[in-house]
Amino acid sequence: MDIRSAAIDLGLISPEIIILASAMVVLLLGTVLKSRGLMAFLSLLGLVVGLVLVLQQWSQPQSGYYGMVLKDNFSVFFSVVFIMTAIITLLMARDYLIAKHIDRHEFYTLLMFSTVGMMLMAGSTDLVVIFLGLEIMSVPLYVMAGMNKIDPKSNESGIKYFMIGAFASSFLVFGIALLYGASGTTDLRRIMADFSFLKMQSELLLYSGALLVMTGFAFKVAAVPFHMWVPDVYEGAPTPVTGFFSVGPKAAGFAALLRICVYGFSGMAELTAVFWLLAVLTMVVGNVLAIFQNNIKRMLAYSSIAHAGYILVALTAGGEGAVSSAVYYLLAYMFFNLGGFTIVTIIDSRTGSNSQIDEIKGLAGRHPYLASLLALFMFALAGFPPTAGFMGKFYIFSEAVRNGFVWLTVIAVMNSLVSVFYYLRVVVAAFFGKPDQEFSPVSFSPALFIALLVTAVGTLALGCFPGYWLELSQMSMFPII
Amino acid sequence: MNHSLYLIILLPLLGFLLNGLLLGRLKKGFVSFIACASVGLSFVWGVKVFFELLAMPEGARAIQETLFTWIPAGQFQVDFSLLFDPLSSVMVLVVAGVSFIIHIYSIGYMHDDPGFGRYFTYLNLFVFAMLTLVLADNYLLMFVGWEGVGLCSYLLIGFWFEKKSASDAGKKAFIVNRIGDFGFLIGLFIIFWQVGSLNYADVFARAPEVFAVGGGVITAATLLLFLGATGKSAQIPLFVWLPDAMEGPTPVSALIHAATMVTAGVYMIARSNVLFMMAPTTLAVVAIVGLATALMAATIALAQNDIKRVLAYSTISQLGYMFAACGVAAFAAGIFHLMTHAFFKALLFLGSGSVIHAMAGQQDMRYMGGLKKQQPATFVTFFIATLAIAGIPGFSGFFSKDEILWKSFSSDFGSPILWAVGLFTAILTAFYMFRLVYLTFYGEGRMDNHTKAHLHESPKVMTVPLMVLAVLSVIGGYVGIPHVLGGSNRFEQFLHPVMTGLHGGADTSEHVLTSAGHSAGTELTLMIGSVVLILIAIYMAYYLYLKNIDLAGRIRNNLSGVHALLHGKYFVDEIYGALIIRPLINGSLFLWKIIDVFVIDGIANGLASIVGDISTGVRPVQTGTMRTYATMILAGAVVLIGYFIIR
Repeated sequence: MDIRSAAIDLGLISPEIIILASAMVVLLLGTVLKSRGLMAFLSLLGLVVGLVLVLQQWSQPQSGYYGMVLKDNFSVFFSVVFIMTAIITLLMARDYLIAKHIDRHEFYTLLMFSTVGMMLMAGSTDLVVIFLGLEIMSVPLYVMAGMNKIDPKSNESGIKYFMIGAFASSFLVFGIALLYGASGTTDLRRIMADFSFLKMQSELLLYSGALLVMTGFAFKVAAVPFHMWVPDVYEGAPTPVTGFFSVGPKAAGFAALLRICVYGFSGMAELTAVFWLLAVLTMVVGNVLAIFQNNIKRMLAYSSIAHAGYILVALTAGGEGAVSSAVYYLLAYMFFNLGGFTIVTIIDSRTGSNSQIDEIKGLAGRHPYLASLLALFMFALAGFPPTAGFMGKFYIFSEAVRNGFVWLTVIAVMNSLVSVFYYLRVVVAAFFGKPDQEFSPVSFSPALFIALLVTAVGTLALGCFPGYWLELSQMSMFPII
Repeated sequence: MNHSLYLIILLPLLGFLLNGLLLGRLKKGFVSFIACASVGLSFVWGVKVFFELLAMPEGARAIQETLFTWIPAGQFQVDFSLLFDPLSSVMVLVVAGVSFIIHIYSIGYMHDDPGFGRYFTYLNLFVFAMLTLVLADNYLLMFVGWEGVGLCSYLLIGFWFEKKSASDAGKKAFIVNRIGDFGFLIGLFIIFWQVGSLNYADVFARAPEVFAVGGGVITAATLLLFLGATGKSAQIPLFVWLPDAMEGPTPVSALIHAATMVTAGVYMIARSNVLFMMAPTTLAVVAIVGLATALMAATIALAQNDIKRVLAYSTISQLGYMFAACGVAAFAAGIFHLMTHAFFKALLFLGSGSVIHAMAGQQDMRYMGGLKKQQPATFVTFFIATLAIAGIPGFSGFFSKDEILWKSFSSDFGSPILWAVGLFTAILTAFYMFRLVYLTFYGEGRMDNHTKAHLHESPKVMTVPLMVLAVLSVIGGYVGIPHVLGGSNRFEQFLHPVMTGLHGGADTSEHVLTSAGHSAGTELTLMIGSVVLILIAIYMAYYLYLKNIDLAGRIRNNLSGVHALLHGKYFVDEIYGALIIRPLINGSLFLWKIIDVFVIDGIANGLASIVGDISTGVRPVQTGTMRTYATMILAGAVVLIGYFIIR
């Protein structure tokens, strides 16, 4: 394999450049032109071009910028997930933003900035670049959470996310500093190469650094006990933004965790115990607290915590099979979680909505297709065949068992059972609930139709024909470092 | 060379998706066009690949196409791949061809039905599932098709679900089939457990190493597979659903419950011939069950008055023949009869549909009669099919039925007793079929005047399919003229590679070929004898039901006990009801009222309240203040690092 490491190669980061450029253009044009539809279209165009460029990089591992940027299949796979997430978010957001009178062009700009940050996070082995990516991703997120300025809850969400996020970032930076102190480098590849020597020389420094870095990312993926911001932030943020939060930053956090902890620190066997504990706590707390939520966004917030727990099971199991199952799960999760959020967004777009589960009652009578799709996504979240959710869980759990984590798998399966309750509650409300007043119809645009089509097809395709997709996720493992 | 096999199953699937997603938004003409065109094109493609297959050298006639890896899970890998070999090619042509004809016929038959679109949607889904079943190259994919056709059968039997008897019949079919499917699935588990694969090629190649001939494991596995076949193909003990399935629209009865789906069991056994050959006990069971079913169903058919029920029992009886053939290791003969039966039985059902159409829904033959004047086209085609099923020389049924009778006499696994039962059943078949023809088409009309005034021949869209099937019912047999009549039995030769372990495994044909040990004279004698007996049976039917109709009534009265037994279908439904269903209901009531309400609900509610308590305990931590959140993060980090320091 030919890895050009020192080259300053703009082609290497052309997807990022295109998306950034589109973001700038939208930001500037938006100040002079009134048409928000055009801004949305330009952003969509930028993202799609970026997606095409990223796909060109598949199976051509390259490195550049003195080893700071790495475009292996792993980073390409995650970049595709990030850009798809942004595209679907954009498609679902438009009508909602208009309905809530917050249709500002900054939304699209921020969305794209954040996406570029995620791509940097997944596409580097240098801790400093990963941290930079994290911040480029996070700062727009804080603003997006608080976008609905006249809504106190949205303000609360933005402020809380910002403060806690900044707090958690400090752990990450401190961890990186300790690692630098221990090894004299921020390049994971060099830390990994000298690992046994470094461990002998300054074990405490190395381990403290690693754990603090883990803490920083555990915050981003919303692992318990670093999860407490999630329900408040998710509930207050505009619904499409919440959908974006629950998939994009989480996938980015896992991309970094996978690269740093499972590969970079593969010599630290002790991390397994930490992951085990985090996985169990995250699954249990997420699922149990989800049961008692009456607000569907809060419910989905806890549900996203629980799903982080399932992915942590894969991280605990370690090894290539487990990692590829985690990658597969993230792809599947993107489809069905965003699909679910698309429908919640549609329902939330009605005036006077405040995202209570009761508001879904009577959906099936008025919009049978929409209700069926909602059921599909909820079944996928709960892990029923033949949806992507089932196959994703199946692969993670079977890898965990194969690596000897039987009890962990038992706990995970029981949690999965518990989750059926609160997902089906939504389905029951949609199909059998008697609405208090007549269900006010929702409006429907082509953009929403495309978003639903893509997510539904993805959910079913990954569930019915998992072979092809699993192969893709297995290919995404080499060469990771 | 790329044969694009997938098109054969993809086209009906597309038809299903188009019609299903746009349900109720398309014009009737367009719906039927999509449905018919998709199946028709699928058939055309099947024919094209068939000729490509014929062009290959005899030993290498198998096209395998892997579309993608379907389920990769460690050691267990299943590909979505299709196999087009002589056996599946015959099935594809029969299924797609007959389906296409019946699709056309349905345009006329279902024209005024409000569920027109739904009907064609289900029908396309059925064709897709059935073609998947026969084209699969592994047992798991076959099982997908197997379940798929079961689902469609349920949907179509209960098509007029607002009628209670129809929805009940749908449920009955589904539940009875589930019992068979359960056996089938366990059989597959055993095969996978022993062989480590569900691919035909792997299973058949490795079977001789893994299983001992006549051993307990292979006997159990094949018996379980056969249980699955008895469910789908309506054999003892699971045949009870098929007569009730006549609640569905008549073209459905023709397609699913006569020509195609019910033959899935026969196909599955013929496909698994390598396995069955290793279990002589199972083969004997298959032969005996097959013939017993054939005889039992034929006797029941003697005493039924509903035209469709007679045909339904006749189907069960003919399927019994096919199993009998498989049971004496004459798998090719079974498939041969499957094919000819598909033609003439589809024709019989469609013809009866044409009659019922004209009679404004009346199905009781006692109120019919003399229809040959009003429905000449229906009559002629129906008569041809009757000659075929009765086994009159020159018609397709003669060749295939005679083949089975001869094999059951001469094969290593056969015996004169099997032959005698088979022959007796054939005589009964001729009798009840001509009884049906005489009661329906001959004599004086016994319908009321209103119906009489409205009698009419069916429209062209219905009669032309009848004519096509009539032609097939005549010529379908000439692909398998036996040696003794100067032919070369091309059909058996064509299937020979599949039965000789082309995919590895034992040569199953040699046992049958040893029948050459019997003289041609014996074969001819038996053949002529059976034809004479069948002709006598036809004359008896003529005498009893046309010439001297009172005599039939007197015989019925004298044998009232026997008649009641036959008319009541040996009361099998009632016996099952008393022995199985009642106890099940009582048991379920106990489980529901006692176990579920007290024990399960108790545990569940208890758990829920425990979880609730935990949650109330935890929730105060979620205060909403950022100070708490930050503290938790810090505490978490401190605990993690502390754990490493004091470790």
